[in-house]
Amino acid sequence: MADPTPPREPATMVERISPLAGFAGVSDTRLRVREIPFLRQTNLRADPGKVPPSLGLRLPMEPGTWLRSGGADVLWLGPDEWLVIGDVDLPRSEDVAVTDVSAQRTTILVAGPGARDLLAHGCAIDLHPSVFGPGRCAQTTLARAQVVLVAGEDEEFRVLVRASFARYLADWITDAAVDY
Amino acid sequence: MTRRRAGHEGQVLRFTFDGRAYEGRRGDTLASALLAAGVRRVATSVTLGRPRGIFGAWTEEPNAVVQIERPFPEPMVQATTIPLYDGLVASSLSGQGRLSPGPDPARYDATHAHCDVLVVGAGPAGLAAARAAARTGARVVLADDRPEPGGTLPDTAETVEGRPGAEWALAVAAELRALPDVRVLSRTSVIGYYDHNYLVAVERRGEDAVTRERVWRIRARRVVLATGAHERPIVFSGNDLPGVMLASAARAYANRYGVPAGRRAVVFTTGMDDTAYDAARDLAEAGVEIVDIADAREGRLVTAAIGDGDEGLRTVVIGERGEGLGAMTGSREVEADLLLVAGGWNPVVHLFGQAGGELRYDERLGAFVPGDAARAVQAGRNVVVAGAARGATTLAECLADGETAAASTPPTSLATPPSPSGGWGEHVWLVPADDETHHFVDLQRDVTVADLRRATGAGLRSVEHVKRYTTAGTAHDQGKTSGTLTSAIVAQVLGTGIAGLGTTTFRAPYVPVSFATLAGRDRGALHDPVRVTAMHDWHAEHGALFENVGQWKRPWYYPGPGEDMEAAVLRECRAVREATGAMDASTLGKIDVQGPDAAELLDRLYTNLMSSLKVGAIRYGVMCRADGMVFDDGTVIRLAPDRFLVTTTTGNAAAVLDWMEEWLQTEWPGLRVRCTSVTEQWATVALAGPGSRAVLASLAPDLAVDAESFPFMTWRDAEVAGIEARVCRISFSGELAYEINVSWWHGLALWKAVQATGAVTPYGTETMHVLRAEKGYPIIGQDTDGTVTPADLGMGWVVSKSKPDFVGKRSFARADTARPDRRHLVGLLPEDPDALLPEGAQLVACERLPEPPVPMLGHVTSSYRSAALGRTFALALVSGGRDRVGERLHAYTGETLIPVTVTHHVLYDPEGTRRDGRPDTSEGARHDG
Repeated sequence: MADPTPPREPATMVERISPLAGFAGVSDTRLRVREIPFLRQTNLRADPGKVPPSLGLRLPMEPGTWLRSGGADVLWLGPDEWLVIGDVDLPRSEDVAVTDVSAQRTTILVAGPGARDLLAHGCAIDLHPSVFGPGRCAQTTLARAQVVLVAGEDEEFRVLVRASFARYLADWITDAAVDY
Repeated sequence: MTRRRAGHEGQVLRFTFDGRAYEGRRGDTLASALLAAGVRRVATSVTLGRPRGIFGAWTEEPNAVVQIERPFPEPMVQATTIPLYDGLVASSLSGQGRLSPGPDPARYDATHAHCDVLVVGAGPAGLAAARAAARTGARVVLADDRPEPGGTLPDTAETVEGRPGAEWALAVAAELRALPDVRVLSRTSVIGYYDHNYLVAVERRGEDAVTRERVWRIRARRVVLATGAHERPIVFSGNDLPGVMLASAARAYANRYGVPAGRRAVVFTTGMDDTAYDAARDLAEAGVEIVDIADAREGRLVTAAIGDGDEGLRTVVIGERGEGLGAMTGSREVEADLLLVAGGWNPVVHLFGQAGGELRYDERLGAFVPGDAARAVQAGRNVVVAGAARGATTLAECLADGETAAASTPPTSLATPPSPSGGWGEHVWLVPADDETHHFVDLQRDVTVADLRRATGAGLRSVEHVKRYTTAGTAHDQGKTSGTLTSAIVAQVLGTGIAGLGTTTFRAPYVPVSFATLAGRDRGALHDPVRVTAMHDWHAEHGALFENVGQWKRPWYYPGPGEDMEAAVLRECRAVREATGAMDASTLGKIDVQGPDAAELLDRLYTNLMSSLKVGAIRYGVMCRADGMVFDDGTVIRLAPDRFLVTTTTGNAAAVLDWMEEWLQTEWPGLRVRCTSVTEQWATVALAGPGSRAVLASLAPDLAVDAESFPFMTWRDAEVAGIEARVCRISFSGELAYEINVSWWHGLALWKAVQATGAVTPYGTETMHVLRAEKGYPIIGQDTDGTVTPADLGMGWVVSKSKPDFVGKRSFARADTARPDRRHLVGLLPEDPDALLPEGAQLVACERLPEPPVPMLGHVTSSYRSAALGRTFALALVSGGRDRVGERLHAYTGETLIPVTVTHHVLYDPEGTRRDGRPDTSEGARHDG
């Protein structure tokens, strides 16, 4: 394809600044919160029946799940939409729309025994391990921000939030954390 | 004069009521502490000004509604439910509290919970239900409004499984708390029951907790309502005096708090069950002299309570019933300071009613009990009712009922339990008299039987109407003691059956909740998300004032030292027209549209042709709704034959993406196109002004920036300030201009590099608005309102005549969209070049306002002071406006009429000579901010 390759890595020494640069986070035995900046993210949209093997990725087909494939985390976002987190080059084709969205969202890690209770303050979905355990993900709202919520092992959640909402959400999480 | 039973001497807590200092004990409520201190009068009734005392012992209390003064003013709080704490300051009220003028300093929040079984109420039935459910491994939430589990067990001092009831309840609660998937919420009132088993509860975590109150939003597969029963009063003359009290309440004060509520007591019971006798026995043990028991089964009724002033009850008059209702033979007067009233029990069916469950009148209980739950279940509410809330009258029944409630669907009506030792009594709601102006039905609202008779006398036949006419049941206790009484007495007065009359509707909240609690943390800075761009901090550090655009904060203008808004904006405008300005344009919506049919989709959604756009080129476009009215505008960039980048207005980014998805998913699923939002992937700096080419050249030495190499409405990939960038040559000011897009991560670096050239003036949205208005470019949503077509805006050229179809096309064939008197976008020049028209001002043709209706021609949509024109100007939508150019109209400011002249909407550089930084005459194009 002739279209331009989106910026992937800093072409030069110009400093990158993440949306939550300077975010103090939370570091406690019950709760750990910090930004994971600059994750490479690729949005992938395709008819699930027309995903070519040449893509080199296994796509989760069960709604609300994610899996690790080809060195990347692949999140189901919708019946024809996935988010690929990881340093992989995906070929665009007639059947597969590929869009670089690395800077679109930043990632906030919320982890620890208090993580579920903290998230429950702002998230209406059931976060119980039997329902939203490792391998689950959801597009939902946390407080008043749209997020992609990703459940990992060891009570670790990744909260993917749009760059413009990141400070609001970080403030909200910091405020919620006073009870934990 | 504290009187306290042995075993109830806890830690001393000091409190103040109505300015007097008292002592209570840990574990007290304000009400029990006041009773222990011998305080009889705790309130003054709202309309009649009568003294009122403590009547109940928990949430049913209608009288003892007080103002908390410290630590934070809180109005209308039931003294019976406030746990006493050291330093509490409260005062009595007369039906109305006072809101604090200051903000509540306490913290409130909300959270969500999900469970298999939600049990409401931790009395015997609720505990049994929760335990049974938990033992199956279910996820259980047990919510109870009291500080300790057990419901009324501590009130009645009954035993369960061979242990004192209170002790048993603590043990069961401890067992439940130890389980990982059980959550026991004490001091938590479930206040509302909504669709699909969604319930809302309020947890009162205490004055010392980080969060004082918490709203729980609970989604449950099954709900067990074990909400118990409230004792029902009986209506007689003077039944509102301090000293008249529910028998169950006096029993609770004696057993739970160790406080005898009086010295000499009379008991008045309808004999519905034997609980009044149990209460009398317990009070006698607590040292209260029981001087008489008037049992309606024996034909003995209390006809009047007589008292004086603040001391309340002095004398109880007991009558012997003769033949016929109200005919009394003989009477006896008894000296007493306490009158226990036991009129039977009302199951607490509020939540069941909210769930849509039907109520059934139970003749035996004389109360409304849960009937058919089918309607509630059909509405997605898996609900069962257990224990006293279902009409169970004994402890054993409640325990057994709870045991089965969690697992199975129990029958909705109870088998008849054994009748009490004295036999089932009769229902006595009212002891009638000639004068019923002191027969109180609703104590909190001062509604009497006389009032109910007046309502039925006025022809009202429905309890809903009687409620609204008399206000019975509308107080903040929601008629917990008065509801069934009102139905029963209205039925009696009308001579109809209570069963057919029914109850009033049960609505949330079950108990009062403060707005601070409901607002939770959604106030102040967290009230609504603030969206910021990558360059936000620079703007703030350089003194920008911000404008709210949707949830975005956009720099509005950058006042220099001593500058007001007008001066700053004029300076910024001059900078762009005469030199170079830079604006943060990152907030524009951006959508990546990919696929073999991408061009086809855009052809169908935009009014103009997009498929003919060449790779590397940019086109301005307008989208209409199906009604042909302008919905959004922006630029379309062709990145590849099958890939476009679409920009939208800041406020419409999500709406445009939704619009595209809606058409793709519902109408055109065959189109092979995918849309992805990339609004925040990019940060954008707009560079505008005759000097912008030189500024760009200095930042991007490898980019050929001359007009021939980089023509208007094209884009180039380039390195700008050492950052990978996409530069678009588009203009929203009519000046030579560029938009430089880089990764959000590099937005601040780019902005700083642009500023570091020293040749660029930062400008904000106000300047952008002035500059675009000078050029007659509309802002969608400011100059349009959903009733404006592209032709109305003078942009007929953007509507394709050749495309077979596009959204809105059919509407342009309507006669209405071709009317000559449609409102057109025009310019207005006030005759006084210094007069600034208010936006929204109506326009009229006449010099003096006639009598209404005034024929109005349109209104001002945008109005500014222009540096370039050296005067004020405005844009307006005016009926047949393009045919009125040169006409004199008047703008009405609300006080005066300002004369204006109608002009073409393009007021500055109509020939478009400034677009290339040198004379040029081709058609201008643009996009919106």
